[in-house]
Amino acid sequence: MTRIVDPTDERVPLSRMLASRPQHLSGVVALLDIVKPRGDVLLDRIEERLSERVPGLALKRYRKPTFAKPAPDDLRRRIAAESDFVIEALAD
Amino acid sequence: MPDSLPSFSLTDHHRRVHSFPTGRPALLCFVKEDCPTCGMTMPLIEAASHAFRGEVDVVAIGQDAAGNALLIERHNLTAPMLDDSDLKISYAYSVEIVPTIILADARGAELRRFEGFDETDWQSVLAEAAHLAGGSEPQIDWSVYPKSRPGCGSKSVEPGAAERLAAEASGSRLRARQIELGADEDSFEFMFERGLTDGLPVVPPTPERVMRMLAGTRRDAQEVIATVPPNLAPLTIEKVAANAVMAGCRPEYLPVVLAVLEAVCTDEFNIHGVMSTTAGATPTIVVNGPIRHRLGMNMKIGALGSGNRANATIGRAVKLALRNVGGARPGEIERTALGGPGKYTACYPEWEERSPWEPLHVERGFRREDNVVTVFGLEPGPRLIVDQLSRTAHALAGSLGMALESCWHPKLHGYGEVLLVISPEHADTIKRDGWTKAQVRNRIQEASARPIRELLPDANAGEGMALRHFGLANPSAEALEQRIPKFRKPENINIIVAGGEAGKFSSAFGGWFSGPMGSISVSRKIEEVP
Repeated sequence: MTRIVDPTDERVPLSRMLASRPQHLSGVVALLDIVKPRGDVLLDRIEERLSERVPGLALKRYRKPTFAKPAPDDLRRRIAAESDFVIEALAD
Repeated sequence: MPDSLPSFSLTDHHRRVHSFPTGRPALLCFVKEDCPTCGMTMPLIEAASHAFRGEVDVVAIGQDAAGNALLIERHNLTAPMLDDSDLKISYAYSVEIVPTIILADARGAELRRFEGFDETDWQSVLAEAAHLAGGSEPQIDWSVYPKSRPGCGSKSVEPGAAERLAAEASGSRLRARQIELGADEDSFEFMFERGLTDGLPVVPPTPERVMRMLAGTRRDAQEVIATVPPNLAPLTIEKVAANAVMAGCRPEYLPVVLAVLEAVCTDEFNIHGVMSTTAGATPTIVVNGPIRHRLGMNMKIGALGSGNRANATIGRAVKLALRNVGGARPGEIERTALGGPGKYTACYPEWEERSPWEPLHVERGFRREDNVVTVFGLEPGPRLIVDQLSRTAHALAGSLGMALESCWHPKLHGYGEVLLVISPEHADTIKRDGWTKAQVRNRIQEASARPIRELLPDANAGEGMALRHFGLANPSAEALEQRIPKFRKPENINIIVAGGEAGKFSSAFGGWFSGPMGSISVSRKIEEVP
C-alpha cells in the first residue's frame, strides 16, 4: 500500500456568495487604477460618462502603487470602507 | 534512575497479548530467523524462561511472522514468541543488531543490554535475572557455545525500513496529511491525476522518501520558512521536502532549495508578480560558492541545460513548491501567455574558476567561500548570442550589447535587470584586453543606445516609447537625437561565466518588469552545507 505525503497547501478555500446586484447606482463608486498603461484613460472616460448618466453619484479615484503586486491591505480596507461599488481598470 | 523503556503490547503465536512493563522484571530478546546467532541463542532464551517462570518475564521478540514460526518449531520453544513483524518495537528500542538482549526491572527500566552472543554477557545477565527472581540460574553447558559471536543486522535498519519506521513513529517529523493510494493504483499516474506535476513525471513523495529528504537539513520540519503567494500559504520545510522528492532532488540539495524559496518569497522579489504575469517570467537561480562542486552541479558543457541532476532538480523543486503550496498553477493564477522551458526549472551555477572577474556573489558583498543563491525574475529561457568573429573586448562587448537590445523589444529602453552568461571563449577574448566587468557593461550600454526618434512607436513597428517617457511634449529635432541606453543603469546587466570550453557563443536571459514596482533580484546565503 503506497502512502504519499500531501505536497499541497492543505487548507480548504472558503467560498463566498457574490453580493446581490443592486437595482440602482447610488452612493460612492470607487474607480481603481492598477497603473497599467492607459488604465487612467479608460477610467477618465468612465468617470465622465457616469457623471452624465447618474447625477449625484459620488466618484472616487484610487491607484495601486504597482500592477505587479497585489493591492496593499490599507488600500483595500480604505476602498471597502469608503465606497459602495468598485470599478477596476485592468487595462492593457 | 535508569530511563524507562517504551511500553508495548504485542501478541504471541497463540494470539495472546503480552504487555510491557508488567510489574515484574523482564528479559526481552530481539531475534530474527535468518540470523544464525539468533538460532544459537534460542535454547538460552528457552532455558531462562523455565528457570525464572513467574518471577522474570522472558520473551522472544521476533521480527517476521513466518520466521517466528520457524524458530518456534526448530527450537521447541515454549517461551512466548512475540510478533514484531511491523518492526515498530524494534525501532522504538533502537535495536540495530539481533540478537539484542535487554534486562529490565519491574518498572520497565533498562538494567543491562548486549548484542550478538557473548558468554560473559549472558552469564552476567542470567546471574542478575536470577537475583531479581530470587532463585537460581538455569544450568547451561557453556562448552557447546563459542566465547562470542557477532549478531546480524536488525530488520528495522534494513534500507527503506528505517525511513518508514521513522516516518511512522509517534515522534515522527512528519505532520502533513498523508494520502493512501488504492492497492491497484499506480502512484505515478496518481500524481498526474491529482494535478501535482509540471507535466513531467514526479517521484511519489512517500513518507520514507520525505524522511530521507529531511535528513538534508537540521532545521525543524515544521518551521514555516515563508508565506507563498498567490495563495499566501504557509510553507513548512516538510512541504518543501515533499516537493523536492517529487522533483528528484537528493537530500543534500535541500538547503539550496530552502534558500531559494526564502529569497523568492520576499517583497523585493515579488514572486506573486513573477508567477502571475501574462508576460512570462520565472525565478531564475544562480548558485555560487564551493557547494556547486559538492553537489556536482554542471557549470561547463551544457550548463544551461540539460543533463545534470542538481541543476535540473533544484530549480524544479522550487517551481513545484510554488505550484503545489503557493497555488501558482498555469491557467489558474499563473497566467503567462506563452511560458517557456524555464518554467520547468531554471538553476545554474557560475563557473567561478573560469571567470576573469569576481563571481556574482562576491560582487554582491559575500565572501568567495560563502555559498549563495541569487534569484532573478527573468524570461523563462536563455537566448543565444552568436559572435564568432570579434577578436577584441570592444568588438565583442559591442556585439553583446546589440543582441541585448532585443530583450523585450529593441525599441523599449530604460530596461531593468538581465542575466548575461558569457562562455569561456568569449570570456578569454575579453580577458586578453584586460577589461573589467564595468567596462563590458559600459560598452554594452554604448552599443545599445539609440536616439529617441528611433524609439518612438511608428507605422513600421507599433511598439516603442511615448515622448512622455522622456519628459518631452513638442521636442526639437535635436532633442530627438538624444541617445538613450538600453538599461536604466549598467549594474542591471548581471554577468556570470559558464559553459563549455569550445564555442564562441554566449547567452542572455531577458528581464521582466524589474525594479521596486516589479521584481528585484535577491541574494541569500545558504546557511547549511552538506
